[in-house]
This record gives sequence, C-alpha cells and structure tokens, in this order.
Amino acid sequence: MIAWTIYITFGGAAVLLFLPRVFSRRIALLTTIAGFAIALAALFRNDVDLAHFTTIVRVPWVPTLGMNYQLAVDGISLTMVLVTGIAAVSTVLFSWDVDLRQNEFFFWLLLVVGGSYGVFLSADLFLLFVFYELVIFPKYFLIAIWGSTNKEYGAMKLTLYSFFGGALVFIGILVVYVTTGSLDLNQLAQFQFNPQLQSWAFPVLFVGFAVLAGIWPLHTWAPTGHVAAPTAGSMLLAGIVMKLGAYGGLRVAMNLFPQGFQMWSKWIAVLAVIGIVYAAAVALRQRDLKFVIGYSSVSHMGFVLLGLATANALGVSGAVLQMFSHGVIAALLFAIAGRMVYRRTHTRDLDELSILGLGRALPFAAFAFVVASTASMGIPGFSGFAAEITILLGAWKTFPVAVWITGAGMVLVAAFTLRALKQSFFGDTQPVDSSNASSRFEPITTAEKLGASLLMFATLAVGLYPKFLLDRIIPAVQNLRFLQP
Amino acid sequence: MSYLELLKLVSPEAIVALTALVVLAIGLTNSRWMSALCPAVAALGLVIAVGAVLLLPRSATLFGGMLVITPLTSLFKIICIALAFFTVSLAASEKSSRNRGEYLAMLLLATIGLMLLVGSEELLVIFIGLELLGLSLYVLAAFDKSDIRSAEAGLKYFLFGSTASAFTLFGISFIYGMTSTTGLAAISQKLITGSIQPLLAVGIVMTLIGFAFKIAAAPFHLWAPDAYQGAPVPSAAFIASGSKVASFVVLGKIVLVGFGPVRGSAAWHAMVAGWSPVLAVLAALSILVGNLVALAQTNVRRLLAYSAVAHAGYTLLGLVAGGRDGFSATLFYTTIYAFTLVGAFGVVAIVRRETGGDDFQNFAGLASRSPVLAGCMSIFMLSLAGLPPLAGFFGKFYLFSAALRADPNHGLLWLVALALFGSLISLYYYLIVLKVIFVDRSVGDVPFVRVDLLQKVTISVVAALVLFFGVAPTTLVAQIIASLS
Repeated sequence: MIAWTIYITFGGAAVLLFLPRVFSRRIALLTTIAGFAIALAALFRNDVDLAHFTTIVRVPWVPTLGMNYQLAVDGISLTMVLVTGIAAVSTVLFSWDVDLRQNEFFFWLLLVVGGSYGVFLSADLFLLFVFYELVIFPKYFLIAIWGSTNKEYGAMKLTLYSFFGGALVFIGILVVYVTTGSLDLNQLAQFQFNPQLQSWAFPVLFVGFAVLAGIWPLHTWAPTGHVAAPTAGSMLLAGIVMKLGAYGGLRVAMNLFPQGFQMWSKWIAVLAVIGIVYAAAVALRQRDLKFVIGYSSVSHMGFVLLGLATANALGVSGAVLQMFSHGVIAALLFAIAGRMVYRRTHTRDLDELSILGLGRALPFAAFAFVVASTASMGIPGFSGFAAEITILLGAWKTFPVAVWITGAGMVLVAAFTLRALKQSFFGDTQPVDSSNASSRFEPITTAEKLGASLLMFATLAVGLYPKFLLDRIIPAVQNLRFLQP
Repeated sequence: MSYLELLKLVSPEAIVALTALVVLAIGLTNSRWMSALCPAVAALGLVIAVGAVLLLPRSATLFGGMLVITPLTSLFKIICIALAFFTVSLAASEKSSRNRGEYLAMLLLATIGLMLLVGSEELLVIFIGLELLGLSLYVLAAFDKSDIRSAEAGLKYFLFGSTASAFTLFGISFIYGMTSTTGLAAISQKLITGSIQPLLAVGIVMTLIGFAFKIAAAPFHLWAPDAYQGAPVPSAAFIASGSKVASFVVLGKIVLVGFGPVRGSAAWHAMVAGWSPVLAVLAALSILVGNLVALAQTNVRRLLAYSAVAHAGYTLLGLVAGGRDGFSATLFYTTIYAFTLVGAFGVVAIVRRETGGDDFQNFAGLASRSPVLAGCMSIFMLSLAGLPPLAGFFGKFYLFSAALRADPNHGLLWLVALALFGSLISLYYYLIVLKVIFVDRSVGDVPFVRVDLLQKVTISVVAALVLFFGVAPTTLVAQIIASLS
C-alpha cells in the first residue's frame, strides 16, 4: 500500500506533461495529498511490522547482476515518508502563485517528492541510489529557472556538491556490491565486512550522504542554495532533501559498517557540534532573512548528526524525530520568508523589513512566524523540543562534553531566531501611516493559510504527543545492529 | 564449401552491398522524385538485412575465423544496422539533398565495414573492415562541398586515420612475424608460452594505436573535435556511434581473445606489463583530457566530441577489467552511448537547420521553442552524465562494478575513482547545455522549431530507448551475457 506513494507521485508527474497548464496546480495538489493520505493511513494501520525493515515489494530487476526492485518499510522509513507527504502538500499550496511554466515547475517538484519517497522505502542499494540521484537534478532546474538571488550560481553549486556526495556514495555502494555480491539491504545488514575495509569505506559512504545533510564543513551549498531557490525549492530542500542525506547515513553507512562507525563516531560528533555552534553564530550575523533560516537549517541538521553519532537508541531515535521536526519547521520558516514576506515586500533584508511594520500588515504571517520561531528555538510543546531533548539525553551517555557545548549553541539559536523575528515582523519603527498598513500588501491567501496551518499543526501535534511517532521509531531503531548495548 | 552456402552466411553483408548499389543507381537518375526515394530504399534494405541476420545459423566459422557467426556477432550486426537505420532517417530530412544517392551509398558501405569488423576473428579481414569503414567515413565527413569546415573535417579525419591505419598494419605485421598466424585464436595459442619480448610489445602497442584512434581515446583524439563539428551532422553521428561500437567490439576481441595471455595487470602498486596497463593509461588520459577540455567548449558538437573522448575512457575500463564481465559491461556501455549520441546529433541537426548553427546561443531557449526536442535532449545529456533512471547510469554502474571486481584487492579502485571524478566534472558541462536550453531565453526573434514527423519520431524513439534501457537494462544485458557464453 505505502509503495503507492511512489507510483502516484511519478504518475502525477507524467500526467502533468500531457495536460494543459490550467490543471497543473490541481493535479499536483491532488497527487501530493494522495501521497500524504497513504502515508498517514499506513501510520494508523498496523498491518506491517514496523519494528523490522519489512519487505513489501520484491520483483527481480536485473537478475544476472542480483538487482531487485525491492521496497521495505519500518518505523524510521514511515516517519520520513510522513514528513515528505506533509512537506509536499504544503509546498504545493505555497506554490499556488507560480505562473511561469507551471507544468514544468510541478513536474520537477513531483520528481523530487517521488524520488524522496523512493529513497525512504528502498531496500535495495542500487534502487536507493537511483532514487537518490533522481532527487538531485530536478533541484537544479527548480532553482535555476524559478529562483531569485544569484540563482544560476546557487543552483550549480548545490547540484555539484550533491553530486560530489553522490560520487562518494557510489564508490561506497560499488565496494559493498563487489565485496558481497548482494545489494539487498537486509542481507547486507547481516554481513560481516572485514574491519580494515570498514575503516575506510564507512567514512567514504557516510560523508557522501552527509554532504546532503549539510555536515560542516561541506554545508556551504545549503545557505546559498536556499537563498537562490524559489519558496518551493527551499521548502523541499530543507523539508525533505536534507533528510535524505541523514537517512542514507543511518540506513546504509552506519547499518552496514558498524565497526567503521564506531571508529569514526566521535569525529562525526565533533563535526556535528561544530556545525551546530558555527552555523548558529553565522546566522546571528546575517541580514538576509533566508540566509538566517538557511544557516539555522544547517544548525538543526547538526543535531541530527549528533544524535546519529551517539550510537544509542535514545540518541538515534531523537535524530529521526528531529528529521521529522526540522522538515516541518524549516518548511514553515521558508514558506513564510519566501512566499508570505518576499513575494509581497520584494525584500528579505532584515533592516528594510524592520521599518515596514509587517506585524500589523500581515497578522497571520506574523502569527505563523512566531509559532515557527518558537518551535525552531526548541520551546517545549513543539516538536523541536521533543526531538532535541531526546538527542541530548542520548548524547549525555556517550559524549557529555558535546552536550555542554551544544547547550551553549542552543542559546545562540535562540538569539538569532529572536533577532530575526523581531526585525522582520516587529521592527522598532512603525510605518508612517499605520492605519492603512494592511492594504499595502496583498492579503494572505487561503492556500497559504492552509499550508501554514498544516505545518503548524504537525509541529504542535508531535510536540505535544511525541510518543505517537516515537512508539514507531524506537522499536525500529533498536533493531539496527550498530547500537551500543 | 559451396559458393551458395557461403553466400547464405554472408547474406546480410550482401544485402547491404546490393542496397548500396541500388541506391547509387537511383541517385544517378537525377530526377528529384527518384532521389527522394533513396532513403526509403536504403532503410528497406537495412530492415531486410536485419531479417537476414536473424535467419543466420547460431554459429559458424569460415576459413579459419575470417568470418565467424556467433550470437555475439549477430547481436552487434543488428545493433550496427539499427544505428545505420537511425542515421539514414536523420539524413533523409537534411535540407541539402544533393547527391543523396551517393551519400547513402557511402553510408551503407560504411555499414558493411562495421559488419565485417564485428564478424571477423582474423587480423587481415579486420584490417579490411577498418579500411572499408574508414574510407567511407572520410568521404562522408567531407561530403558537404559547400562548407569549408566539412572539407577540413574530412581532411583531418583522413590524415589522422590513414596514419593510424599504417600503425595498425605495421603492428599486425610484427605480430604475424612473431606468431606466423593472423587468426586471433591461433595467436593466443602461440602467445601462451612466451614472455613479452620487445618485438611483441611493439606489435601490441602499434595495433592498439590504430584502435585508440578509432575510439578517439586521448592522446589520439585530436581529429575528433573538428570531425564532429565540421562534418555533415548525420556523418558525425555515424562516426560517433556506429564506428565506435564496432571498434570496441573488435578491440575487445583482439585484446581478450588474441592477446589474452599477455594481459598484464593495471592494479595499483601491482602493475604487470601487458596490454591492460596500456589501456588503463589510455583510459585515464582520456577521462582527464576529455572532461577538462570539454569544460571550455561553447559549441555543442565540439562539446560532444570532447565528451566522446571521456566516454571512450570510461568504456575502456571494462576491457582493462577483462573477463566476460568486463567485456559485456563495455559492450553494454558502448551500445547505449552510441544510441544516445545518434539522438543528440539528431537534435543538433534540427537546431542547426533552423538557426544556422550549433553554438550554445543557437540552443538558447529551445525549451520554449520545441518542448519535445528539449525533453529528448535532456534525456540524452542526463544519460551521458550518468543520471538514473537513464541507461547511461546503469552502464556506468555495470562498468565500474566490473572494474572493481576484476581484482580481489580492489586494485582498479584508482581508475574507478578517477572515472567517477570525471563524471562529476562532466555533469557540469552537460548541465550547462541544459541550462542554455531550459533557463536562457532565445536570442532575438526565433520562431518555433519546425520538426518534420520523421525526425520527431526518430529522435523520440531513440530517447525512449535510452530511457527504456535505463529502467529495464536486463533486456539488453541478458542478451549480451548470453551471447558471450
């Protein structure tokens, strides 16, 4: 059943190419809603064993080379599919105003979404890589055609970084395949690779994936890419694509090479902590609202990497929850910055925004931004808190020092978030004629309200009742073999 | 053996030769109506030839290997004929239809050359095939008498080609001198005992030079940019596709069958003298030179030429790896590559006809002028860049995994890493082509591209093939592997 998320999304993309453009928005919306509904249904129907990576489809693909079209699902995959569904629906809603070459726009968008579903559900290494690469190049077109500031540079940089990571992953996969002759992730998870191989193959594979997750110092594609991207592009990037990297690192690199992971885990933790603090500090100095959010993404993804590096059930589960949480929150932040603010004011400069009095002019946007900011800072009651506290609890067992430094980093996160919030919506200077401030900007549309509400609801729901997702994530995490007892 | 039986076994070649004569005769009638008939006759002849190939016995050997029929030769005869077929349909809609009969007749003669090359395991017949192919291609390259670039292309191709042929012939004479035979199987019998004497080394290297020229491997690639850019587009397409496929098939047979015992090893830190280190160096040079120089190109045909150099390098990886695995990977890759290039040249032909050139600026905004052509071109470019789910990606995976598997200690990892690094570079220039097509706006007032139905169908069919072999590679891989066993 859940496999249909992939087919419906690609089917929708194919349909878009052959129908007149008046239908394209609606088809895209229907397609993404269908994907989201399937993911949601799978979460409530307990007909699949979510504690194990359970195969749901297996068809021989290239039998002579041992490749299968094999899909599987467990609690981790399902959580990721769910966040993909949520981000996809809201992305389409926030792209309702795209006029230029609509068909193409939604075609590329659906390719990204469909490919992401594919990555999260693949149980065959070759298939996983096919979907993984399939996500990357549509982003080039999304950014280069529909983007804004410095778009061609940003698009190319992002694409080349992604493919650099992809090339490393490719080497890792080839080595795995040549050594074992198998591509089945479940089989490979039982295979004992020799430690010498693990010690060099693990970093190659993990760093390859982590490029996409924005690991410091290979994160620089993320802020420039986010700034150049159209709203939908940044939402997809932060909401879904960065998760692909972290998911790949967890599902493939760590799970196949447990000893290699043990050798390198403290270095991953070091890079993660540097990423958290560094990106937060840089965000504090940015004047472009999207740069602020771009760096905050890097910082939050640092938490994911830290959680993975802990190698205990709590930390890794927290990392998965943080992937969900960050997907929702970052999508919301970018939607507000890109669609609600930039499309109306044509500026993202914090100083310029601060004199516009946006808090009064766009009350809904202000409300949504306050919610998103508090969630992003990790205030209890939102998903960010639940995830980060779980990660830090996990990290306390393995890397106590990292927790102290990260704690300091979280203060920085709060600082830049509050700064951005204050300057963008609640500037000191009130506009001269505050009476008709609201009429200067086009009012917030229904589509935007729907999209923002969906994201806000998701972060709030998971924040108030994280057990709902954790109950599905933790058993699956406990069955991964790299965990330290 | 009776003459009739011989005729039966060479019936495909005979049919193509007959068609060439008929087409030539029709072309001489000098009536416009009749000359319009030429392509149809040529195409019909090729279709009949495919039928004749299918009717051949499964295996036969004539005159000690001068002509052999195996499943492998039959498969590749069909592939060569198919490439000729697509080239004919490209040529059919060229505007300059002067001397169409002669043009098609030369094309068919070149096709016979390909079939001889593919279907022989004896050095002299291989040489005759090379010469027949080469002489026809020289004429085809220089065919456009009104274009000085075409003359330049023809002359350069001829000068380089004849020099390379001389080297090959010289090399063959050395090998004959050492082994007193020209049959590949017999040569390998003779070589099995001896070590590599200087004379033999000279013979092998010289023989390889001729083929390195044909496949445009660096440093024997200097003719390629001018020939690809200057020759009439269908000629360039055929030089880039058919000639390359056949050369790789026969090169594979010569090194793997004929020189099998003196293979040597190209593994890192464990090189052993033989032909495989020679090919490894050629491959490494081609990948570096081709990709780096392609970065600087602003003409699509020159860019394709330099990328062809790089692809020759990738393809050689399979031969360096050796064995059935490596050979079938090489054959798969070169076949896919040939089809992709025929398609890409088809798009170039149309753009050139409509805008009078094939520089980047002529392609600007192609997406808005002809979405179908732009879509097909993106499939070709992305396949060349090695992106899934297109055939180029599977080809690379197959090649690289074969190369890694060839040595138990991953000895060829250096070459594979270099090739991956090369594909990363190549992605940049392929994306630039797509950027020009999809992102840039057309210069000046260029009308919609008029594409006649035949060309549209041809290009779409080729694009569909590239996609199909990417999604279901097993259809071709299984054929190749079965034909090798």
